[in-house]
Amino acid sequence: MGEVWGQEGGCWGDTPGWIRHGYAGREAPCAFGCVWMGRAGSSRGTGRGMPGWTRAGPGTAGRVKIRRDWGLGRDAGTGRGGASRTRALGSPRPCGVAHGRAAGPLALARDLLAEDGEPFFVLNSDVICEFPFAALARFHRQHGGEGSLVVTRVEEPAKYGVVVCEADTGRICRFVEKPRVFVSNKINAGLYIFSPGILQRIQLRPTSIEKEIFPAMAQDGQLYAMELQGFWMDIGQPKDFLTGMCMYLQALRAQHPEKLHSGPGVVGNVLVDPSAKIGANCVIGPNVTIGAGVVVEDGVRIKRCTVLEGARIRSHSWLESCIVGWSCSVGQWVRMENVTVLGEDVIVNDELYLNGANVLPHKSIAESVPEPRIIM
Amino acid sequence: MPLKAVILIGGPQKGTRFRPLSFEVPKPLFPVAGVPMVQHHIEACAKVPGMKEILLMGFYQPNEALSRFLVSAQQEFKVPIRYLQEYAALGTGGGIYHFRDQILSGGAEAFFVLNADVCSEFPLQEMLEFRQQHGDMHSFVILGTTANRTQALNYGCIVANAGTQEVQHYVEKPSTFVSEIINCGIYLFTPAIFQHIGEVFQRNQQELALEESSNGWQRAEVIRLEQDVFTALAGSGKLYVYKTDGFWSQIKSAGSAIYASRLYLNQYSKSHPERLAQNKPGGPVIRGNVYIHPTASIDSTAVLGPNVSIGEGVTVGAGVRVRESIVLHGASLHDHTCVLNTIVGWDSTIGRWARVEGTPSDPNPNDPYAKIDSETLFRDGRLTPSITILGCSVTIPAEVVILNSIVLPHKELSRSYKNQIIL
Repeated sequence: MGEVWGQEGGCWGDTPGWIRHGYAGREAPCAFGCVWMGRAGSSRGTGRGMPGWTRAGPGTAGRVKIRRDWGLGRDAGTGRGGASRTRALGSPRPCGVAHGRAAGPLALARDLLAEDGEPFFVLNSDVICEFPFAALARFHRQHGGEGSLVVTRVEEPAKYGVVVCEADTGRICRFVEKPRVFVSNKINAGLYIFSPGILQRIQLRPTSIEKEIFPAMAQDGQLYAMELQGFWMDIGQPKDFLTGMCMYLQALRAQHPEKLHSGPGVVGNVLVDPSAKIGANCVIGPNVTIGAGVVVEDGVRIKRCTVLEGARIRSHSWLESCIVGWSCSVGQWVRMENVTVLGEDVIVNDELYLNGANVLPHKSIAESVPEPRIIM
Repeated sequence: MPLKAVILIGGPQKGTRFRPLSFEVPKPLFPVAGVPMVQHHIEACAKVPGMKEILLMGFYQPNEALSRFLVSAQQEFKVPIRYLQEYAALGTGGGIYHFRDQILSGGAEAFFVLNADVCSEFPLQEMLEFRQQHGDMHSFVILGTTANRTQALNYGCIVANAGTQEVQHYVEKPSTFVSEIINCGIYLFTPAIFQHIGEVFQRNQQELALEESSNGWQRAEVIRLEQDVFTALAGSGKLYVYKTDGFWSQIKSAGSAIYASRLYLNQYSKSHPERLAQNKPGGPVIRGNVYIHPTASIDSTAVLGPNVSIGEGVTVGAGVRVRESIVLHGASLHDHTCVLNTIVGWDSTIGRWARVEGTPSDPNPNDPYAKIDSETLFRDGRLTPSITILGCSVTIPAEVVILNSIVLPHKELSRSYKNQIIL
């Protein structure tokens, strides 16, 4: 599966940072692995077809990898060809990768990014959508400005950065971060493409792209917005992660239904890794993703969940709206619901009830959690 | 020596903490460890040599369940059993006083009085022998057991002479600590007790004549053995206490029925091993002590126990887990359900993958003298977490969770519930 490339600018909101770290250092969950695969097409094994970007995250502060391919002009979803280079770059200190200060790492990677004078993508990795890389690159070249970003329409724009732009050209007039009154319902979707010239605007210090750089660029008329087609979700919080997963599966049903799982006991959109094993008399779905090497024993009911690699769900358990972390073991006759999140290697004993439990990695749960809380 | 036994079974106005289970069946007939609560008493009485007759005394109207039970119990235990209906609630002493002629008929030299809502080892023979050793043939014996200092205040407290075991002082539910020895609600009397009860009766009547109260004549005949008779007899040299270390518990609430079930199921390994289910190939997995009625149908992938009673005609589906629960006649548990600390009412249905769970109110296992608490239903404005009770003919849909809730009879639920009484 593909790796999570992009700025880890987002955080999990209310969820403690350990979950974010859990994801930051690892490959993306199954559904999103497929997304990356889908998006990057034949990048499997060859690293090609993936547009260039920098990766910077709290777990990897200062360590920047760049992969680049300019096979543009074809859909990034099936991109092929073009040379790719992978470079690792060490850094003596973190360069301001705390939430919202994502511009700093760009400055750090200035030399690499500006190397060949080509535009480069920057992604906020806490989003999921049908990534429109080719269309975005085309849009960017057409208007010739310093930067383009993708916008999407949402119902509650006050939670995000709102964009006001000219209807015909898409040039951004104003950029208002988390506005208090209604300004527009188009928000910054967290996908950008910049020309290297932008690097001159960024100094090597903790810098927030959205708060400091964008407003200045908008004033100079150098920032343009392209509207996103299809679904979009900020998956920074576990609750939203599951919603985004549902949206993703729905999009997959429309575009690549053959990738979804079907068979006895499968209901709705379900994605199952080929190496996973599902027992008899289970009912899985709708909206379930099951990762590599997962074992689901007999008589299990799973709805609206993500089950990560190597986990085991023992028989007769019932799961709804949960995230089960890597290598977890969920006992028999367990009931988990209401956005229960299990970190890596958590063991849940038999016959327990977890309601909205957030369990830190390597914990053993021996008692029910009837009301939502965090288990440390 | 000819003996009799009187079992006080109360009436519909009593035992209200046992609702909604007591709506369907009189509390003394509620099954504990697979058999009606009062059958354990009858069995123990029938075993005592010389037992001439067992009298059930209460103020239930005659009903079919009770009559049928009496007939079958008579046949099984081969001892005459009758129901004496009090015309009104006469208290623990008033009833036996009213029926004293019946009790003494046939020349009974002594008789036991047992409260139906207790669960005990019933050391009746030992009480008889104790009386021979310590008292004389005219003394009365109370069965006592040890409680811890806090909980003793909820019971009748007995202060006894360490050597002779004579009761020197008796207080019913004191507000300050009196003694750790508590009254088990099981007594051994001789005909002389009626003289003492009669004195109380006379006294009551005299007091009533002085007062002008509207309840008039009924009040004189309401006599409480504990407050009126024992308190007076204490220190008179006629009342003794036999202390037992055997298991004992009150059965006041549904939670205590499950606890009493466990105590009796434990006893079955010695007294009725045939009542305990065994692991068999092709049968369900049995952990600990489990009672399964012969007509129940249990899938081989179900896991039952410890402390589970499965009633007549119950169906248990594939992959079901039942623990610390009583499943009453005709109930149906569908596949993959999980039933913990629950009483599943007669003819109820639990849908697939549902979780029905209560909170046990067991006494502290680290304290050998701890007794089960009679918790109040509400505390600080919220329902105290307790055993989940499904009344008769309740339907629980698939995939929901019912936690710490009481569901009244004939309810068809449509969603999950927690910590609620569902009317």
